[in-house]
Amino acid sequence: MSQFARPRGMTRRHFLEHLAAASALALPAMSFTGALAAHADDLKKRHKAAILLWMGGGPATIDIWDLKPGAPTGGTFKPIATSGNEQICEHLPLMAKQMEHLAIVRSMSTREADHNRGRYYLHTGYVPNPNIEHPGYGSVISHMLAEQTKQLHLDIPPFVAVGGGSVGPGFLGMTYAPFVVNSDGNVRNLPGMEKGHGEVDADRLAQRMQTLASLEKSFVKQDRGQSAIDHANVLDRTVSLMTSKQMEAFKVSKESEAVRDRYGKNSFGRGCLMARRLVEQGVPFVEVDLNGWDTHSNNFKTLADTKLPELDKAMSALVSDLKERGLLEDTAIIWMGEFGRTPRVNGNSGRDHWARSWSIVLGGAGMKGGIAVGKTNADGTEVETEPYAAQDVMATVCKALGISLDTTFTSRSGRPMKIANGGKVIKELFA
Amino acid sequence: MASQGSIALRHGLSPARRDRCARMREVAGFLLLMLAGLTVAALESQACADDKSPAPVVTKKTVGPKTDFPQVAQINQQIRAQWEASKIAPSPAASDGEWCRRAFLDVLGRIPTVDELKQFMDDPVRERKTRLVDRLLGEDYVEDYARNWTTLWTNILIGRSGGTERRSLVNREGLQQALRRSFQRNTPYDKLVFDLVGATGVSKPGEEGFNGFVNFLAGNLEENGVQATAKTSQIFLGLQIQCTQCHNHPFNDWKQNQFWEMNAFFRQARALRHFANGRQIESVELVNQDFSGENNKPEEAVLFYEQRNGLQKVALPVFVDGSKLKSDSGYVRDVDRRTELAGLVVGSDYLAKALVNRLWAHFLGYGFTKPIDDMGPHNPPSHPELLDALATEFKTRSYNQKELMRWILLSEPYALSSRVGPRNKKDDPALGEKPLFSRFYLRQMPAEELYESLLVATEAQNTQTSYEKRESTKHDWLKQFVVAFGTDDNEESTTFNGTIPQTLMMMNGDLIKKATSVEKGGFLHRVSSDPKMNNAAKINYLYLAALARKPTAQEIGLANELLLLRKGDPIAALQDVWWAVLNSNEFILNH
Repeated sequence: MSQFARPRGMTRRHFLEHLAAASALALPAMSFTGALAAHADDLKKRHKAAILLWMGGGPATIDIWDLKPGAPTGGTFKPIATSGNEQICEHLPLMAKQMEHLAIVRSMSTREADHNRGRYYLHTGYVPNPNIEHPGYGSVISHMLAEQTKQLHLDIPPFVAVGGGSVGPGFLGMTYAPFVVNSDGNVRNLPGMEKGHGEVDADRLAQRMQTLASLEKSFVKQDRGQSAIDHANVLDRTVSLMTSKQMEAFKVSKESEAVRDRYGKNSFGRGCLMARRLVEQGVPFVEVDLNGWDTHSNNFKTLADTKLPELDKAMSALVSDLKERGLLEDTAIIWMGEFGRTPRVNGNSGRDHWARSWSIVLGGAGMKGGIAVGKTNADGTEVETEPYAAQDVMATVCKALGISLDTTFTSRSGRPMKIANGGKVIKELFA
Repeated sequence: MASQGSIALRHGLSPARRDRCARMREVAGFLLLMLAGLTVAALESQACADDKSPAPVVTKKTVGPKTDFPQVAQINQQIRAQWEASKIAPSPAASDGEWCRRAFLDVLGRIPTVDELKQFMDDPVRERKTRLVDRLLGEDYVEDYARNWTTLWTNILIGRSGGTERRSLVNREGLQQALRRSFQRNTPYDKLVFDLVGATGVSKPGEEGFNGFVNFLAGNLEENGVQATAKTSQIFLGLQIQCTQCHNHPFNDWKQNQFWEMNAFFRQARALRHFANGRQIESVELVNQDFSGENNKPEEAVLFYEQRNGLQKVALPVFVDGSKLKSDSGYVRDVDRRTELAGLVVGSDYLAKALVNRLWAHFLGYGFTKPIDDMGPHNPPSHPELLDALATEFKTRSYNQKELMRWILLSEPYALSSRVGPRNKKDDPALGEKPLFSRFYLRQMPAEELYESLLVATEAQNTQTSYEKRESTKHDWLKQFVVAFGTDDNEESTTFNGTIPQTLMMMNGDLIKKATSVEKGGFLHRVSSDPKMNNAAKINYLYLAALARKPTAQEIGLANELLLLRKGDPIAALQDVWWAVLNSNEFILNH
């Protein structure tokens, strides 16, 4: 009996079924139906999601969200009023109009002032530990919202990282690894799959996949460990991606000139626009990276000339666009980097790494906007109110998304791990 | 016309075909020979520690190759002692084909060719492993060896993105030239490190005063050499002191003063920019200049740092082991701080340990500590005595890296299968357990190895281009997977990490299109039109080329059906098989 199905005269749907049959792991969860089912439409309007705007390098929040005009540490920027009760930096005029939707947490106090450790800690809520890899935000949230994702028939990986590396899935496994894409919306090596696969037609690809699936399965059966299983698993997800119409969501070029202009025609602007498109499609977690905040020298010029204008345009467009589309109520926005920067300005007009007192911004998904939570002292060197740390931010975002903080994961070694490292919710945001 | 191959393949090889299938006959003895290899004995195991434990779980005889190296015996003994203490039994031996493949990957950064595999299998069973190790570390492969270790050390020293940005102070090619020469000559490791830490000269090849080694530090001297301090300690000493820049370390013994005392060694170093046509940096000259001190007192040139409580402290050069310099002067004529540092680094006990740990991790998948470059009392090693013993041996043998590699390659843990056995399920470092090395831990080829392996698999490795051209083509391809974070410590990550972008590249990328091309003169075309092979032999050849093994009966069956489906176009069937084989977990995982 032939091990290959007869693919003659196959329709696209048939083809997909054949591919499903060729699955390297034969995962029952594989879905090729796309988000076309009628019942998915209701859910689509109300699904929960989060967008992390990651400011790689550690932004000088003392110059952005918590200005100290007049203090010796205050720098050169002036504060301006906003649509909320907080004041922010003069170089964020567009954001000022959106602050009614966002809260600044000015009482962040952490201990990791090394990029690598800080990035890990802020993404996971845990300090690095040689014996365990903790899952980052995107993995935790896409894992917790897996049921919703399934109902939405999402083919796109549930955790997309635009323009950066983010932090991996740790013990949650490769299913929740970030899908890293460039902000230009062209997913590399992804052929247009409508009528086949590059030079290889659909029948042939299906047969190749069956040959490959047989190889994968026999290697996995030899019990050589997780990497072999992960490979088969990712193979399946890649095929599902290659055949999905949902990939259109990555194409920011489909948006009108006006919309693209509104977000800013740069990498971060396109990334934020892509985040909105992905969230609309049902992707529960998107991280968009804006690097270049490691301003050991020329802090003020760098911020005023490039970083802040870029941020201002893209972030304000994202917040207002989500609001206009009715998505902000269910979409959490997190703005943060790995730490803040020294209140003291160094000899190169720069600021160095500083974790003891800094700010992040949260909003959407029912979190209260227009307020500043917490307070630093007159020169910004100390937090004067209850301090918050990475795990508290994560707990707060989970609460906003309706994820139970009683959740306990079991690491692959059997160790129980509380979600968000048992962090405390920032209660002012839910008053 | 009936395809001859489709019939022959269906039932494996008919006796009539076998005569015409020279290549296949040569490898037909694989299994028998492999079993024979299991019986090779070298070492008595230690007595079982606990009488109440279940029947002895570790067989007395090692499955590692027979050698006379006492260092190998020591590895085997120490590793076995921990198996016994943990009451586990190791996995059986890997097949010789698997062993050969992993040795090529780990030493040369690529899989073996079909001919190389054949040469290995043609050697007598008892000697084939030692002979292969001799060849891999010997004159025959000196260029391949140098290429691979140059690639590995370039990535360790400046990362995958170092020297690739427009305004970078680092000349990647310059560093690679210097490293390549070192590895061609098997320069002792302490000499190599001395050259890197103490380097002065010009960064760019061809310029007067060129010294490629300066490219390690050239990009790390900004912000008072904070990164130079951190990287030198981390890479060569296995000490992560970078966190102590701002405060005492929260959970190890490093103190803030130690960071700045190490940093003080770098304060005479200057990277002078040489410009060409205006603002374009042409090259960098690394020099040592007088340091007048932040106190403006060159005869006692101190630096200042700030404690978390705001107190200002001073620091002078003190090595991590407490060694001080004969003079605190900042004048180079009194004391050349960086040359002194280079001497202290290579004289330090940390040096050998850090390299042993690094190479062990390279060959066995995990180091004695995790991460490998964060050693110290806060992070105890899995096999402390073995680590110490190997470090001592390595030092005694004049820091000869090839000797250290030889001991590891010929050891028992390196010879084990990657399959989980019935009695070592708990030996899984991926779960956070300390590694016991009772099986070969699966790992994915890095992007560089994948690239080189594809060249080898498609027999395109010896094309007529220059070394530089070939390396730059490879680097252009590798760039797509590098994500640089743009931070002061030049952090980066890779998307060639087993996730979807990698799979998309393997399924659809240009490199794979080229590897599976049926164009005239290409690999598949050559295999397909080889009159000495029938279809069965061709399928065999593809499996040997990519996986270092023959296809199973089921795999032959599938290939056979593809041949039937592509009736009249057998090369298309070969192409489908080849595509599937190259995309398989078995190909990309070092097992």
